[in-house]
Amino acid sequence: MQKFSAWSLLKQSFGGHQGWQPQWRRASPKPAYDAIIIGGGGHGLGTAYYLAAEHGIANVAVLEKGWIGGGNTGRNTTIIRSNYLFDESARLYDHALKLWEHLSQVLNYNVMYSPRGVMMLAHTVHDVQVIKRHVHANRGNGVDNEWLSPEDAKAFCPPLNIESNIRYPVMGAALQRRGGTARHDAVAWGYARAADALGVDIIENCEVTGFKRDANGAIEGVETSRGPIASRRVGVVAAGHTSVVLGYAGIKLPLESFPLQALVSEPIKPVVPCVVMSNSVHAYISQSDKGELVIGAGTDAYTSYTQRGALHVNSHTLEAICELFPAFRRMRMLRNWGGIVDVTPDRSPIIAKTTIPGLYVNCGWGTGGFKATPGSANVFAWTIARDEPHPINAPFTIERFRDGFLIDEAAAAAVAH
Amino acid sequence: MLVIDCPYCGPRPELEFSYGGQAHIARPANPATVETSDWAAFLYLRSNTRGLHAERWRHVRGCARFFNALRDTTTDKFIATYRTGEPAPAIDSRGDR
Ligand SMILES: Cc1cc2nc3c(=O)[nH]c(=O)nc-3n(C[C@H](O)[C@H](O)[C@H](O)COP(=O)(O)OP(=O)(O)OC[C@H]3O[C@@H](n4cnc5c(N)ncnc54)[C@H](O)[C@@H]3O)c2cc1C
Ligand SMILES: [Zn+2]
Repeated sequence: MQKFSAWSLLKQSFGGHQGWQPQWRRASPKPAYDAIIIGGGGHGLGTAYYLAAEHGIANVAVLEKGWIGGGNTGRNTTIIRSNYLFDESARLYDHALKLWEHLSQVLNYNVMYSPRGVMMLAHTVHDVQVIKRHVHANRGNGVDNEWLSPEDAKAFCPPLNIESNIRYPVMGAALQRRGGTARHDAVAWGYARAADALGVDIIENCEVTGFKRDANGAIEGVETSRGPIASRRVGVVAAGHTSVVLGYAGIKLPLESFPLQALVSEPIKPVVPCVVMSNSVHAYISQSDKGELVIGAGTDAYTSYTQRGALHVNSHTLEAICELFPAFRRMRMLRNWGGIVDVTPDRSPIIAKTTIPGLYVNCGWGTGGFKATPGSANVFAWTIARDEPHPINAPFTIERFRDGFLIDEAAAAAVAH
Repeated sequence: MLVIDCPYCGPRPELEFSYGGQAHIARPANPATVETSDWAAFLYLRSNTRGLHAERWRHVRGCARFFNALRDTTTDKFIATYRTGEPAPAIDSRGDR
């Protein structure tokens, strides 16, 4: 692996930057691996990286049906935070946040993690109560979160409208200062490059179409569009397509797949210094380094695999943005897109063993799993390597729905980004 | 936005409707004898089909009635809508009967 540094940049500049090598090999499938990861998003690539880096399992293939990072990893609005209500979630998301803090150094790849602060707005008395409850619960869990008055919120984010003459005036906000954003593509590429350097094969254009089982029912390998590949350990990390992939093994999970959209504006000078979220009026906004306003819209009402969504969903969000930021009313939107997100009934993920020996699943991240990428990958690698969950993901089982141990962030937040 | 053909009112814009999830999930006839795992399945497990999906819709800002639909979740195209209580028409995803 060519290391990135000021020195290597200088050295390459003498050669007119013609000496850079591809950042990972274009691998073809070998007949067998010690572990196979299905899905080359951030969670899958990260899992392969941690298997090799922390568990000594480097004979691993990541199988991606399209190109890596082409799923939700490359389609999300990159909001990172860990101020979830329940203890289990706080541990999981804060584990990720702590890994974000050093990820660029660890991977030697700039993932542009920017802890610019995530501000969550309250617009009703109910919002104020719920958000204050979150603040206290978070602080009890060692997760930073603080309550801001409307004036403090405006001081932190000057373009915010805190006048009382709008339909849902800002009544205060919670601020997680360690929250922020990161560059989504760089997360996929950084993990791919680091995993590849440790020996992991990253195999694109390779769709998994079935599983092979031995006489006892245990996993023996997968069928793919590029032929069969053997492995006794297979991790499924296929986000919106998890139901389809696990369907090949006859497993049904409590998941539904919905289109979720985002859009960006024309680029403008720096104006939004942080991330602003509002669950009540459904608006999410931040500004990219290129200057585009990055706006997250909602999900469509119905399940779908179309990777697009209805225009009225975007209009709804833009109406809310225009009330909160009247200065943006005349701006033009450049493009919009959708991703397919896999939603569980309690809006918490599943990171667990399945009923089939050798088959593991990491899914259900729904509308909000980008922030968890390093943490999720880290504990999933542990789960696959040791055939038992890490203490952090132990509560995130499939059986919790049967046994009544929901981790009900759905009820806590109604939506989650 | 989708145009949805309410079997009672005819084609109307999606905004008049609310989505009701997978259709034809029957509540267990004798709840006392149902295993925990079957309850969990009844409550939480959905087909999440990639392809032809039988689902409930409600024309909430119209006649307010529930009805069922077959929609292809790879295109969002409605293949058929039919009244509650009627069985799902036997159709493949191209709309051929
Ligand atoms: C518009 C939008 C905005 C979002 N905003 C945020 C946000 O602000 N903050 C946040 O935390 N989260 C956000 N999310 C959610 C976040 O993007 C996801 O939870 C996260 O990226 C999931 O990562 P992943 O690696 O599991 O999935 P993905 O990146 O989707 O990777 C799964 C991969 O599996 C591959 N695959 C599927 N089937 C097969 C098969 N049969 N064989 C081989 N490969 C297969 C897919 O091609 C895909 O590349 C948003 C999502 C969307 C769509
Ligand atoms: Zn009607």
